[in-house]
Amino acid sequence: MADHPEAAGGMRRRLVKAVVVLVAILLMSGTGQAGGIQPDEILADPALEARAREIGRELRCLVCQNQSIDDSNAELARDMRILVRARLQASDTDREVLDYVVSRYGDFVRLRPPFKASTLLLWFGPALILAAGGLAMVLFVRRRAGIEDSLPPLSEVEQARLEALLGDRPR
Amino acid sequence: MIVELGHFALILALAVAVIQGTLPMLGAARNHGPWMELARTAALGQVALVGLSFACLMYAYVVSDFSVVNVVRNSHSLKPMLYKVSGTWGNHEGSMLLWVLILALFGAAVAAWGRNLPPALKARTLAVQAWIAVGFYLFILLTSNPFVRMLPPPADGLGLNPLLQDPGLAFHPPLLYLGYVGFSIVFSFAIAALIEGRVDAAWARWVRPWTLSAWAFLTAGIALGSWWAYYELGWGGWWFWDPVENASFLPWLTGTALLHSAIVVEKRETLKAWTIFLAIVTFGLSLLGTFLVRSGVLTSVHAFATDPTRGVFILLLLVIVLGGSFALFAWRGPQLAGGGLFRPVSREGGLLLNNLILCTAAAAVLLGTLYPLMLEAVGGGKVSVGPPFFNAVFVPLMVPLIIAMAVGPLLPWKRGDLGGALQRLWIAGAAAAVAGAWAWTRDMSTLLGLLGMAMAAWLLVGTLVELAGRIQLFRAPVTESLRRLVGLPRSAIGMTLAHAGLAIALVGMTGDSVWKLESIQVTAPGETVTVGRHSYTFEGAREVTGPNYLAIRGSFRVERDGRPVTTLEPERRRYPVERGETTEAAIHPTWLGDLYVTLGDSQGGEGAFVTRIYFNPFIVWLWTGVGLMVGGGLVSLADRRLRVGAPAPRRARATAPSPSAPATETVTP
Repeated sequence: MADHPEAAGGMRRRLVKAVVVLVAILLMSGTGQAGGIQPDEILADPALEARAREIGRELRCLVCQNQSIDDSNAELARDMRILVRARLQASDTDREVLDYVVSRYGDFVRLRPPFKASTLLLWFGPALILAAGGLAMVLFVRRRAGIEDSLPPLSEVEQARLEALLGDRPR
Repeated sequence: MIVELGHFALILALAVAVIQGTLPMLGAARNHGPWMELARTAALGQVALVGLSFACLMYAYVVSDFSVVNVVRNSHSLKPMLYKVSGTWGNHEGSMLLWVLILALFGAAVAAWGRNLPPALKARTLAVQAWIAVGFYLFILLTSNPFVRMLPPPADGLGLNPLLQDPGLAFHPPLLYLGYVGFSIVFSFAIAALIEGRVDAAWARWVRPWTLSAWAFLTAGIALGSWWAYYELGWGGWWFWDPVENASFLPWLTGTALLHSAIVVEKRETLKAWTIFLAIVTFGLSLLGTFLVRSGVLTSVHAFATDPTRGVFILLLLVIVLGGSFALFAWRGPQLAGGGLFRPVSREGGLLLNNLILCTAAAAVLLGTLYPLMLEAVGGGKVSVGPPFFNAVFVPLMVPLIIAMAVGPLLPWKRGDLGGALQRLWIAGAAAAVAGAWAWTRDMSTLLGLLGMAMAAWLLVGTLVELAGRIQLFRAPVTESLRRLVGLPRSAIGMTLAHAGLAIALVGMTGDSVWKLESIQVTAPGETVTVGRHSYTFEGAREVTGPNYLAIRGSFRVERDGRPVTTLEPERRRYPVERGETTEAAIHPTWLGDLYVTLGDSQGGEGAFVTRIYFNPFIVWLWTGVGLMVGGGLVSLADRRLRVGAPAPRRARATAPSPSAPATETVTP
């Protein structure tokens, strides 16, 4: 919108605007391009690289929007990928690598939220819903079946009529 | 002038909607025929007015009228015509106009084809539909007006996000909206039924075509978005559990549940209140999805609107719609006592299990999507809920669902024989064992492949067993079986197609998730990379010029066992106006897997590039399977018994005049 500066523009405001546009472009390029992993990052040991990928999928690129570090082109994601690989090469276990990254960037970096007091509802919510729904369903079905059991059986006349009706229906 | 006409037409549509929302409702309460009849005229008038309004905006895009702010922001004179047209809805304001256009289209469809609806139900349904429209007209006119002018007009526009300049994404929003908004008419029927206090088999039969068409559109819309991500984002991912994807998936899950519970209402006159509840929830989730996407509250790839006033407006609308509906439901719902009795092991029982699992899955996805927001709102800190969480919760829920999907259709209504059904499924069990074993021998590092392939085989063969039973295959002479096949109700064929489609899609999902091959490297011209059984020889890259972009196009000669397969030409496009880049993957689809190549950055001066080569196993099965599911929905829609306005079927005896007459025709299992 550089063609139409608002009335009270001013140098600083334009500068801010330019920065905003630049950031937006950077963010966009982060989302729009091919998968982030570059050839020079890949470890020579395929087993180690496979573990790095597993870990990469668990980690969020902090400057992106809902992308794992493996999918992102952002600089930070690249730094994090290299960090993960460095720790793996220093013979950390997967667990230790994750803990290390979390200690540096906080819980927000984990795409799989940790078990703790504030995420209990998240992790147990689906099971609770299933249990509650299942219970409601069982009660409903049993009540329905109960109504049927309490009905008197067919009388002989009704039974004969039923058989007559069923008899002429093509099966 | 034309733009002002569009603006004016939209204001008129608002006025018409207010009339459509009030007089027919009063008319239905007082049994006043002409007032009820007004709903029909008003609904048709609304679609004409909104259609005109939309056409005016589209015209501004087509002729690149840069005195309109919306056009300036989202278009450019050099853009290809397709994207000028699709630019109309490729932005917030225009997409909301598309939203109300589709809302009006559904209303008009009920007005035009719903001739066999009782007048009061029809009047009330259209009135409810009109109130939703009033909310959204106000939203557009007050917060998101696409007809605002800009003076003086600039020489050219700012262009459209290059990612959106793609045929797949041009049609993704309209299809998705046809699904989202299609559930509005089901909602309106549900509210009308609550006001009348009556839900019966006839009601279910009137509603089912709308549920089915909304479901089919939503399925197609989601699949198109997924397909777009697959070929456009450049690493072959097709589902990311992104909040915006979840927003469209939530109404799909509950809509699928609704589709199944409505069958129980239609055939057995039970689960009535539950079905009404699902209709409200499904449209509520559609509104929630609109809110999440449009407000930008969850900053994600799709959110291109970040104005809080809009968010607050839609949130208010959501609260009014849901609050009002649930209050009405709490008041009137208990009156909707069900009739038909059934045992736990029965068709009804199976459909209930389907509903339980689909609704739990929807609740889990909703929880995961909103949890970060809720936690932050209560000061609990920032947390990310990503694919690992959703997969951990969603996959275990789908296992029992798919097992039950093969069994349920084999159970008769009321009372079934589980042992007998399982006995008939022995061949599906055998197929599952073979498929699982095959997957296991391919890759023993994970059980996911075994599980997915076994499930897919179980469901596919189980669905075919059900079909074979219906047509008496191998029990009756072949000609008799064929005759039965042709004579099957379309809804039965639709179910078979949709269930088999899911099985086939499952093969694609599993194959691509478990056995994907990837090779990332720097490739100089003349070098060959081998991925799986294919070798890719890079023949260099050259510059090409598109209509509104510059591109570098690489060329790869693909061979298998020394025999040429194809030439793949991936591109990297740079859009100078929008200052954005896109990756255009080159894909060679085969039934065993897609050969997928993308071109990365240039490396050094020797014409070398970063290249990414993937083998995505069975991914074509995913698109094929989803296509079958949509096809199943459409075939079922063509069922004579369900067609809107179709005369009563020939075989139906006793065409009772009362709309509460139960379904007389049942499908013999």
